[in-house]
Amino acid sequence: MESKPTNIDKNNLVNFTLFLADSSLIMGHRLSEWTGHGPMLEQDIAITNLALDLIGQARNFYQYAAELITNQKDKKITEDDLAYLRDAHEFKNLLITELPNGDWAKTIGKVFFFSTWQFYFYQKLIYSSDKQLAAIAEKSLKEVTYHVKWSSDWVIRLGDGTEESKKRMEKAIEDLWPYTGEMFVPADFEIDLENSVSINVSVIKSDWMEKVKSVFQEATLSLPTETWMQSGGKNGVHTEHLGFILAEMQFMQRAYPGLEW
Amino acid sequence: MDEPKELEKFDDKIEQEIRIEPKDWMPDDYRKMLIRQISQHAHSEIVGMLPEANWITRAPSLRRKATLLAKVQDEAGHGLYLYCAAETLNISREEMVDQLLSSRAKYSSIFNYPTLSWADMGTIGWLVDGAAIMNQVPLCRASYGPYARAMTRICKEESFHQRQGYEILLTLCRGSKEQKAMAQDSLNRWWWPSLMMFGPNDDASPHTAQSMKWKIKRFSNDELRQKFVDVCKEQADILGITIPDPNLKWNEERGHYDFGEINWDEFWNVIKGNGPCNKERLQARIEAHENGAWVREAALAHAEKKKVLVNY
Repeated sequence: MESKPTNIDKNNLVNFTLFLADSSLIMGHRLSEWTGHGPMLEQDIAITNLALDLIGQARNFYQYAAELITNQKDKKITEDDLAYLRDAHEFKNLLITELPNGDWAKTIGKVFFFSTWQFYFYQKLIYSSDKQLAAIAEKSLKEVTYHVKWSSDWVIRLGDGTEESKKRMEKAIEDLWPYTGEMFVPADFEIDLENSVSINVSVIKSDWMEKVKSVFQEATLSLPTETWMQSGGKNGVHTEHLGFILAEMQFMQRAYPGLEW
Repeated sequence: MDEPKELEKFDDKIEQEIRIEPKDWMPDDYRKMLIRQISQHAHSEIVGMLPEANWITRAPSLRRKATLLAKVQDEAGHGLYLYCAAETLNISREEMVDQLLSSRAKYSSIFNYPTLSWADMGTIGWLVDGAAIMNQVPLCRASYGPYARAMTRICKEESFHQRQGYEILLTLCRGSKEQKAMAQDSLNRWWWPSLMMFGPNDDASPHTAQSMKWKIKRFSNDELRQKFVDVCKEQADILGITIPDPNLKWNEERGHYDFGEINWDEFWNVIKGNGPCNKERLQARIEAHENGAWVREAALAHAEKKKVLVNY
C-alpha cells in the first residue's frame, strides 16, 4: 500500500479539504482522551459528544478528499488511508488542535477558540461553489453552534467562578492565544480558492474577535495583549506533539498494513 | 399503618408482581440490598469505561473509533441513570461515589483485567456485555420500578454493543492469520473472567436466596452461567476460535455443555483487590474526581453568583 497518498497532489481543493478534515480529526482525537476521565459524569458525556461530532465531520471531509484523489489518481484511496497513512508533515491541521488537553480550563479554552473559528468559517463555507463542501459545512454548523454555546458557558463559569478557576482560565488563555493567529492567515491553497470554493478568512477575524470579547467580558476576563503568533500547521510544520498523536493513532494501521478492521 | 401491616402489604405486592415505587413503604433490608446492587452496577459502568477508553486513541479505523467512542459514552449514560435510580432510595450520588473511591463499594471484577489488543474491544462486547445482558435481562422485571425501567433501557443498548463486539471479532476471524491469532489470544484471556461475572456458585452466594424471594433476582448465578456457556460455545464455533477449556463438551443427558471448574482462588483475589488492574482503575477514578474538584467548585460558585443576581 502506498504510504503517501497525497504527495502527488498539487490540487488545492484536496489540500483545502484535508486541512478541514485534519483540523477536525486532531481536535476530536484530543478531546476523546477525556473520555472516562471528565470532572463530572455529565461533562464526560458532553465532551465525548464533541469528540464524536468532530470525528464525524472529519470523516465527511476525508471521504470527499478520498473521492477527489481516487478520481485523479485512478487508484482507490479511502478515508482511513488519509487519516492513518500520512506522516506529520502532510497533516494540515491548525496547531491549536494538537496541543495537549492540559487541565479542564485549557481544554475549554481550546474548544472555545477553535469552535468559534469553525462557526464563522462554516457559516461562510455553506455558500462555497463546491456543493459537497457547502453541504458538509451546513451539516456541521448545527453541531458547532452547540460547541460554541457549551464552551462559552464554561469560559464564563470558570472566569467568573472561584479565584482558582479564574487563575486557571487566565493561564489557559495566555498559553493558547499565540495559536489563534494562524486561523486567519490563509495558506496558499486557501488564497487560490478564496471567494469561490473557500472563504476570505480575514473577513471572519473581526467576527471571531467580537465573540471572544463578549464572552470574556461576561467571564470577567481580559483579552491578552498583542503577541507573536505561531503558525505552520496549514503548511505541515507542526509542534512536537503531533508526531506522538500520530504514533498512537496510526499504530494499528502501521503495524498491520493493508488489513480490514 | 403499623409495620407488620405494611410488611404484609409489601409482600403481597411482591407476590402479585406489582412494582414497588420510591414512595412505597419497603423493608429496610430491601432498600439496602437495592442500593448495594444498583450502586455497584452504576460503579461498574463508570469503571468499565476505562478498559475500553484505553483503545479509543488507537482504534484501527475512523469508523471503529467513532463506534467505540459512542459505546463508552453509552456506558457513562448507563452509570448516570443507575445513579439516578439509586438516588430514589434516599442515597446521594456523592455518597455513592465516595463509597467507590474509598473502596467501600465494589464494582464488577471483570474491569480489573487489562485490554491488551484491539481484539479485546471485540471480546469485551461479545463476552462481557453478553454476560451482562444475561444477568440484566431478568432485571428488567425486577420488583423495584425505577431499577426495572433503567434496566430496560440499558439492555437495549447493551445488546447493540454485544452485536458490535461480535462483529469486530468476526472481521478479525475472517481476516489475516495475525488477526485471527489476535482474536484467539483475546478469547483465551477473557473467557474465564467472563464466567466469573456471574458470581460465586449458588451454594456460596449469600444474597441470592433473599434477592430471589424479593424478586429482584430471577435466576441463580449458576443457572445464568450455564445459559451463557451454552450460547457462547456456538458463537465461538461460528467465529472459528476455541474456548480455552478442555472440559467443555456437550452433555446429551443434561441438554447443556459441561465445563471446567473456575479458578475461585483467582476470583476471590481479584475481588480482594489483587487483580492486574485494581489499583490502576481505582486510581484513575480518584484522579478524575480530584482533578475535577476545582471545576465542580467553580460551577457551583458561578451558579450561586447568578442566583444572587436574579434575586436583586
